[in-house]
Amino acid sequence: MSEGTGPLSSERWAEGSAAAASHAFPRMGARRLLVLGGLALFLGGTIFGDVFAVFVLHPNADHIGQALVAATAAVRRHDAEAAGRSFESIGGFLENRGTKVDAHAHMIGFGYLALLIAILYPWMRVSEAAARRLAELLIAGGVLLPVGVFTIHYVGLAYSPLASIGWASIMADAAGLLVVIACGGFLAALVRGGGERAFRDPLAQQRSWSGRVLMAGGVLMILAGFLHGAWFAAMDLYTQEKLDRELLSMAADSAAMDPGPGLIPERAGTALNAYGLLQADHATKIAAHAHIIEFGLIALMAGFFQPLVHLSERWRRRWAAILLAGSVVLPLAVLCELRFGLAAEVAADVGGAMVIVALAGMMAGVLRYTGHLDGVEAAGDAA
Amino acid sequence: MRRPGHTLAVAGLALAVCAMAYGFYYAVWVEHQTLDGIGGALTGAFQDAARGDVNGSHAKFDAYARAKYVYTREVDAHSHWIGLAMILLILAAVWERLALGPTGKSLLAWALILGSVLFPAGVLSQNFLAEPHGQVLAVTGTVLLIVGFAMVAVGFLREAR
Repeated sequence: MSEGTGPLSSERWAEGSAAAASHAFPRMGARRLLVLGGLALFLGGTIFGDVFAVFVLHPNADHIGQALVAATAAVRRHDAEAAGRSFESIGGFLENRGTKVDAHAHMIGFGYLALLIAILYPWMRVSEAAARRLAELLIAGGVLLPVGVFTIHYVGLAYSPLASIGWASIMADAAGLLVVIACGGFLAALVRGGGERAFRDPLAQQRSWSGRVLMAGGVLMILAGFLHGAWFAAMDLYTQEKLDRELLSMAADSAAMDPGPGLIPERAGTALNAYGLLQADHATKIAAHAHIIEFGLIALMAGFFQPLVHLSERWRRRWAAILLAGSVVLPLAVLCELRFGLAAEVAADVGGAMVIVALAGMMAGVLRYTGHLDGVEAAGDAA
Repeated sequence: MRRPGHTLAVAGLALAVCAMAYGFYYAVWVEHQTLDGIGGALTGAFQDAARGDVNGSHAKFDAYARAKYVYTREVDAHSHWIGLAMILLILAAVWERLALGPTGKSLLAWALILGSVLFPAGVLSQNFLAEPHGQVLAVTGTVLLIVGFAMVAVGFLREAR
């Protein structure tokens, strides 16, 4: 476990106690692997989420709507087989959407977990070799699970020995087990660490503007996300669940019984339109809630790692401001999507891009810092 | 004596491990069957309507709504346990910087741990308990968390000054 030497200003850190920093963040060490792996997972998950939102999410929602209309029209024709085929298509579209959302969310979640374990590493009592193996296990599981989940839609049940679980799911589940084992190992190391002494990591002692702003902003975003989630659960969730059943039932009843011309009766069409809006309202509120809390977490973590961002203070402030601005813009824009349409969708994508660019900038700074440390170490070795 | 920050870290990582183990169990043994049940009930409801069997259709819509209600809470419990575990972990590292007394820090840490366990447990228990009990548990957890996070924000703001 590392011992700190009191609060460090960012300038003092920048001037560098290279030996202390090398000890806290050794070359090829478990901690560095966790930080770089965690950032890469987060960035990969975020970029995937942006691509998914732009190219898959909206076309997929349109396909589901069309298939639901086709199912309702089949009910009107009293063609139960055709209704069944439409729902098979809907199942496929929902699986396509669900697996991509899960891959996105899990990749980012594992990125967070790796970064958090890296942060708490000084409190753990574990040999460097064992910690590195655990870190490799965590990163490997963190990559393989989302890849497995992503391929579920394409692999299906081909050659599977099980009735309802395909090979891609089996791979994803096995990868999840790797992550559980790795985290169990880190938990044992944390418990063995004891915790009698204060958290003296030099990273926790820094007092830079960018670090403080990111941490305060992160806590406020988490609080805002919780308040929004509580409001949603109290005011919307149960009503939406009730409406979901009622609107679908109304569409089916109307198609089966209402007279009149057309592919589907007017009442069924109204119910399906209302159902589409309900789904969109639900999805945007959940997405806003999840994203502001996740961005709050990443802001807290980015604030913690600011001393490792080897850039001028001006650039660190710039990246911190862009990260916080993007973190607020994306959830707010998602909330406004139903009211403002395309303009809000573009704003949400811009917010996501701001977060990605800011994190990429910070990651470049961390890579520069590790290069700087390695240079100092190499010079020491040569001497 | 263990520091409250370390207690938060142990509780956070333990909660993350338990939530992931629950997610693993759920993905292997429950989720696929549940999704098949939701899809099957909805398909059956429309097919019964096409055959003119209104009562059968309504019964299947009820089964669809119930299965979806249960699924939502199972997935929400998993994701909220993990999310809250990660918040506990990050707060653990900066706990010493909170401008609160030792007793305040300790009480606040335990309130956040309790809220983080209780809130998703309350959400999940709505599948098993009678109507108000699960909600009461979830609301109690939510209140602990919201008040706790507000106090953490105040502690950081006081530290920043």
